[in-house]
Amino acid sequence: MPRKTMVEAIRDGMDVMMGRDENVVVFGEDVGYFGGVFRATQGLQAKYGKSRCFDAPISELGIVGAAIGMAAYGLRPCVEVQFADYMYPAYDQIVSEAARLRYRSNGDFTCPLVVRMPTGGGISGGQTHSQSPEALFTHVSGLKTVVPSNPNDAKGLLICAIEDPDPVIFLEPKRLYNGPFDGHHDRPIIPWSKHELGEVPEGHYRVPLGKAAIRREGAAISVLAYGTMVHVAMAAAAETGIDAEIIDLRSLLPLDLETIVASVRKTGRCVIIHEATLTSGFGAELSALVQENCFFELEAPIRRVTGWDTPYPHAQEWDYFPGPQRVGRAFLEVVNGE
Amino acid sequence: MNDRSPLSLHVPEPAVRPGGKPDFSSVRIPSAGSVPRPEVDVDPESIHDLAFSIIRVLNREGEAVGPWAGMLSDEELLEGLRHMMTLRTFDARMLMAQRQGKTSFYMQHMGEEAVSCAFRKALEPGDMNFPTYRQAGLLIAAGYSLVEMMNEIFSNEKDPLKGRQMPVLYSSKALGFFSVSGNLATQFIQAVGWAMASAIKHDTRIAAGWVGDGATAESDFHAALVFASTYAAPVVLNIVNNQWAISTFQGIARGGAGTFAARGLGFGIPSLRVDGNDYLAVYAVARWAIERARRNLGPTLVEYVTYRVGAHSTSDDPAAYRPKTESDSWPLGDPVIRLKNHLILRGAWSEARHKQAEAEILDTVVTAQKEAESHGTLHAGGKPSVRDMFEGVYAEMPPHLRRQRQQAGV
Repeated sequence: MPRKTMVEAIRDGMDVMMGRDENVVVFGEDVGYFGGVFRATQGLQAKYGKSRCFDAPISELGIVGAAIGMAAYGLRPCVEVQFADYMYPAYDQIVSEAARLRYRSNGDFTCPLVVRMPTGGGISGGQTHSQSPEALFTHVSGLKTVVPSNPNDAKGLLICAIEDPDPVIFLEPKRLYNGPFDGHHDRPIIPWSKHELGEVPEGHYRVPLGKAAIRREGAAISVLAYGTMVHVAMAAAAETGIDAEIIDLRSLLPLDLETIVASVRKTGRCVIIHEATLTSGFGAELSALVQENCFFELEAPIRRVTGWDTPYPHAQEWDYFPGPQRVGRAFLEVVNGE
Repeated sequence: MNDRSPLSLHVPEPAVRPGGKPDFSSVRIPSAGSVPRPEVDVDPESIHDLAFSIIRVLNREGEAVGPWAGMLSDEELLEGLRHMMTLRTFDARMLMAQRQGKTSFYMQHMGEEAVSCAFRKALEPGDMNFPTYRQAGLLIAAGYSLVEMMNEIFSNEKDPLKGRQMPVLYSSKALGFFSVSGNLATQFIQAVGWAMASAIKHDTRIAAGWVGDGATAESDFHAALVFASTYAAPVVLNIVNNQWAISTFQGIARGGAGTFAARGLGFGIPSLRVDGNDYLAVYAVARWAIERARRNLGPTLVEYVTYRVGAHSTSDDPAAYRPKTESDSWPLGDPVIRLKNHLILRGAWSEARHKQAEAEILDTVVTAQKEAESHGTLHAGGKPSVRDMFEGVYAEMPPHLRRQRQQAGV
C-alpha cells in the first residue's frame, strides 16, 4: 500500500470526492492556483477547473458565509481556513448559521459543509498560528468536530466529512502534516513513510465519524487523546514503561463514549491530554463523562495534561506544549498514586 | 510646537429628536421620471450618479412618468396593490394578536410594503431570496399560505418550523425564501454564495440578498460585496434604508458617505437608489437588476429609500427617540395610497372598490387567523412536541442527544 504524508492523504481525500461528486467544490485563501500554503489543494484546480477549486479573498467570514449559501443551494463545499487561529471572523457564520440551519428551518435548508483548518502548535507559530480551538466547536449544537492523527484516518475521515449531511469542522494538526511528531522536538523528524498509519489506500474508503481507535492496548491506565497528542502519549507510554491503553478519539463530536467507558472500566485510571488550554477545554467534558459513567470503577482521580491557560507562546513553546515528559509524569503519578 | 487644538470625537445625530419638528429637508428628492434608465449591460463606471439620486416613477399627481415607467399592466398593478394591502392587514392582525398574548413578538412592515411585494413580482420561480425579518411581502406576493405564516407566528402544533424559531423568521425553500436567521447581515454573503453555486452549476436561477441600513455596518455586508464583485455573482444585493435601526438613525451606519448605494461603487458594482415607497419604481429597478444577474452581467446593489412608520418590533417604542409625527412628514408618502391613487387615475380602480377590497382582505386574513388559532397559539392549545426540540439538530440523532432526550422523558 502506498505511504503518504498527511497533507497528501488530505489532498487525496478531496481529490477522490471531487472526482466522485461534481457538487464538491474547494476554495479558500491561496488554495486555487498555488494549492494552499500547506499544499493541501495542490493540483486540484488544474484537474477540476477554476469553478471547482479557486482562490478566495482574505475573508474567513466570506469564505464560510459563501460556502453556507452554496451548501443551501445543494453543493458540498469543502473550504479551507488557512489557520484555525484565523477562524474567529467566521465564527458567527459557523455557530449561528451553518450549525443551526437544518434545525431552524426544520430541514427546509441544510448545510453539508466541511471547514478544514490546520490546528495546534509545534511549528514556532506563536499565538496566531498554534491554537487548538476544538472546544469552541464541540460546545456548539449542530456541528461535528473531527481531529485526525494520521494519514490513513485523515483521508477516510475527510471523505466521511464531505459525505456528511451536516457541517463538519475538520481540524488538521499541522505538526503532523509531514510526520508523526511525538513531542521530542529536539530529535530528527520521522517521516510518515516510516509509520504504518502512513499507509493510505487508493480511491474511496471511509473512516466513520464517532468511532475511536485504540492505538495501544493496555491494562494500567486509559489515555484519551486526539491529534498530535496521540503520538505524544505513545512516546510517553514507551518511555515510562506504563502499560497504557491509548485511545485516539478521532472524532470529538459525535464522541465514541462506549470505547472510552469500556476502557476506563477495565483500567480504573484515566489521563486526558490535549494541546489546548485547560480551563473549559474538551478535556473537561471528557473528565465529566468518565466521572459520570465510571465513578465506581475509578481507582484514582482523573488527570488532565494540557497546554497552560496562557496564550500560546513563541520562545517558550516547549514549556507550553504538553510533551512526553509531562505526559509520562502524569502516567506515573496516576498509576503509583503519587 | 503647541499650536495644535485638541481633538474631539464626532458622533452623528439625527436632525430632530422627540419634541422637535420633523425635518426631512436634507433628503434630496429628484422629480419622478428624471433619472435615466441605462441599458443593463452599461459600464458600471458610467452610472455612478445613480447611486446618489432616487429613481422614481409615480409623481405627486399619481401619474407614472419617465423611462422606468410602463412595465406593468393594470391587472399586475391591481395584484400588487392586493399584495401590499394583504401584508398591511396581516401585520395589523398579528400586532393585535401579540398584544393579546397569542405570541411573544411581532415585526410589522408599515410603510415598507412596496419593497418586498414589488421585488418578488420581478423574480422567477426557483430564484432564491435571503431575506431579513421585514420582507414578508416576498412570501405574500409568492402566494404563501397566510395560515402557515400564522402557524409559525403562533408556534402552534402546525408550525412548519416546529416551534424552534421566533415569530416571523419564516422559511420556504419552495417559494424562494431562505430561512431567516435573526442575526443581522449573515444572509447577505450567503446569498452571494448561493448565486456563485448557481453559476458554478451553469444554472439560470439567481439570488437576492437583503439587509437593512443599520446592518450594512456588519462585516458580512462588506464580505458580500467583495465576493459578489470578485466572482461577478448573479445576485441582487438589496439594502432597505428605512431610516432607523431600532433607535439608531441611519447616519450612524452610513457615516460620512453620501448614500448606502455608494458603498457599491468602490467594488465596481452598479449601484442604484430607488423610491422604496413607489411600487412601480421598485419593480422597474428590481427587473433591471434581476435581468443583469440573469444575463451573467454580475451583481447589482440597490438601496430602497423608505421609512419605517411603525416601531422596530413589538418590543420597541419609537416615541422615545424620534418625533411622533415624523412618519407623517416622510416626503415619499405611503406606498399603498400612492399605488391606489395611480390605479384610480388609470381608471382601473376606485375608492369604492378599494373599500370593498379592504373588507375582503380583512375577511381573508381573519378567516386564516381563525384557522391558525384552531391549531393553537403560543400559550394556549396545540403546541409542537418536546420531542421536536431534540429532532433535526443533525440529520441523524447522535448518541449524546438520544441520551438527553431520554433524560427529558420524551
